Amino acid sequence: MKRDILDRLLAAKAAAIPAALVTDLNTGLQTLVYEDTVHGGFGLEPDLLDEVRRRIRQDRSGLLVDPQDEDGFRLFVHVHNPAMRLLIVGAVHIAQALAPVAALTGYDVTVIDPRGAFATEARFPGVKLNHLWPDEALAELKPDARTAVVTLTHDPKLDDPALVAALRSPAFYVGALGSKRTHALRLDRLRDEGLSEAEVKCIRGPVGLSIGAVTPAEIAISIMGQITCVRRGENHPC
Amino acid sequence: MNDTLMADNIVEQAAAWRAAGRRVALATVVSTWGSSPRPVGSQMAVDDSGAMAGSVSGGCIESAVAHEAAKSMKDGEPRLLSFGITNEMAWEVGLACGGQVQVYVEAVE
Repeated sequence: MKRDILDRLLAAKAAAIPAALVTDLNTGLQTLVYEDTVHGGFGLEPDLLDEVRRRIRQDRSGLLVDPQDEDGFRLFVHVHNPAMRLLIVGAVHIAQALAPVAALTGYDVTVIDPRGAFATEARFPGVKLNHLWPDEALAELKPDARTAVVTLTHDPKLDDPALVAALRSPAFYVGALGSKRTHALRLDRLRDEGLSEAEVKCIRGPVGLSIGAVTPAEIAISIMGQITCVRRGENHPC
Repeated sequence: MNDTLMADNIVEQAAAWRAAGRRVALATVVSTWGSSPRPVGSQMAVDDSGAMAGSVSGGCIESAVAHEAAKSMKDGEPRLLSFGITNEMAWEVGLACGGQVQVYVEAVE
């Protein structure tokens, strides 16, 4: 890998800019493809460029073979997308376990809580903290299709606005901590807020896979297991 | 916590080793068939002392890949390696799970 390509790839990753490193496996030449520009050792035909950008959007690395090319022209597309994000509403005990578990899983974690006594650096060393009200925080952080949102406060004043905002975003996972009874009451409130039946059904609640989790760490694992299942587990019950 | 467990930062590890004056190669899984343990795009960085970060299998082929990586560091030439049950070296460095995997190895300039 040439120094120039390496530096540009590192810069894109550091700036959370989606990019694909395309390698010609026959020559070793490499080109970086961004959403709007291209930089590197060889050019790509417009249709191949479109396919590479489709792969970026699909987050799907893999070989590209041109069936028209008898020379066995082969490209490897390595997609480097920004990390998946997890937005945790509620800087509570379970969040202290969920944040590191999610970070270990590769997620860029933000803990949202306007209550200063909860969202402290001492309780969440090295974790991004956001002290806005959850609906304002979500408006700022703009959950996308690579974002999961989990509410953990048990306080409707904090959880409900976050859930409304999350359900109206493209977030791929929305989960809410609380017992079956708490969850049923929550859904009633959200219906009263004007959310449709289809929207409230998108909430994973009680949150997490049913593994009999008891401690904060076990609950964190059950939540991360469910997020993983929704992301990866085609044909698995989550 | 081990930073290389956090997904997708092997390129950064390779760059850090390179900046420290070590010779470095990157190995990347470019295709798989069957039940290979690591998906396409998985990476491993190797330095000239044989240190490894990341993985391209469940530990079955890393030593062989590191050996080829050392060659790429010396001659600067990339290599495309194939491993799996159809490989004649399967008894030695094949995937115990029976999958097949192609790994692209390149020196970092």
